[in-house]
Amino acid sequence: MLDTLFYFFAAITLISALLMVLSPNAVNAAICMIVSFVNTAALFVLLEAYFLAILQVLVYAGAVMVLFLFIIMLLDVDKDGSSYLKEKMSLAGSIAGFALLVILIFSAFVGGQYLPETALQAVGENPTGEGPGIPFTTSAKSFGYSLFTKYMLPFQVTGFLLLAAMIGVIVVSKKQGDFK
Amino acid sequence: MTVGLNAFILVAALLFAIGMLGVLLRKNTLVIYMSLELMLNAVNLALVAFSRYNGTMDGNLFVFFIITVAAAEVAVGLAIIVALFRRRQTVMVDQLNALSR
Repeated sequence: MLDTLFYFFAAITLISALLMVLSPNAVNAAICMIVSFVNTAALFVLLEAYFLAILQVLVYAGAVMVLFLFIIMLLDVDKDGSSYLKEKMSLAGSIAGFALLVILIFSAFVGGQYLPETALQAVGENPTGEGPGIPFTTSAKSFGYSLFTKYMLPFQVTGFLLLAAMIGVIVVSKKQGDFK
Repeated sequence: MTVGLNAFILVAALLFAIGMLGVLLRKNTLVIYMSLELMLNAVNLALVAFSRYNGTMDGNLFVFFIITVAAAEVAVGLAIIVALFRRRQTVMVDQLNALSR
């Protein structure tokens, strides 16, 4: 059952990502992107990372893509359709590069299939605080536990980065000459 | 679930390749930016899969930080694109060639 779900969600993720890249309309691309993000969240659920799945839907499919759609509609960039398919050279070069990357990935996996397959281990509910590392748990509690012990400095740096980004956005989006 | 780590990594690598195709192929700056987000998302998927199969929490914490940084990055990037559009009246990368003239 779970295997079928994995193949289903992985297929939808890949197909909608490809549609995003290939659709000439920017709004359609953004909608396909939302579908791809939601299905990635479903893959996170299959990996038992429930907190990250919710975060993915809220932050990526919610906030980020709404911001993208707002800017796309605000700038109204669809009027002159991007005719990337008409330029043969750039199309041929892009597809050749993509094909090379896909062949590289598949050849790496053909070589990697002789490696022993990693088994899925059982996971606990709550962080214990014992042992060397932080064990994988399904609860959001272990995020807080890790953020305030091992990842204290990155956590605070991230907070400062958000502040810097907020000030930067305000400065960049003001009209020129507003600071006199 | 009997699906192994390899399958998840294959999906993540293909997502990354599709994102790179978008960066190479598209001319609309906004769609190029969305493709960059797709590549970040592929890396997130790989990190969560490694974290789950390895039995440690660190990969999930990395993804937490990546999502935070990506949200901040999208806000700044879109503000820059809006400022660019306000000055040049276009966001197509083939028309943004002021340095070559």
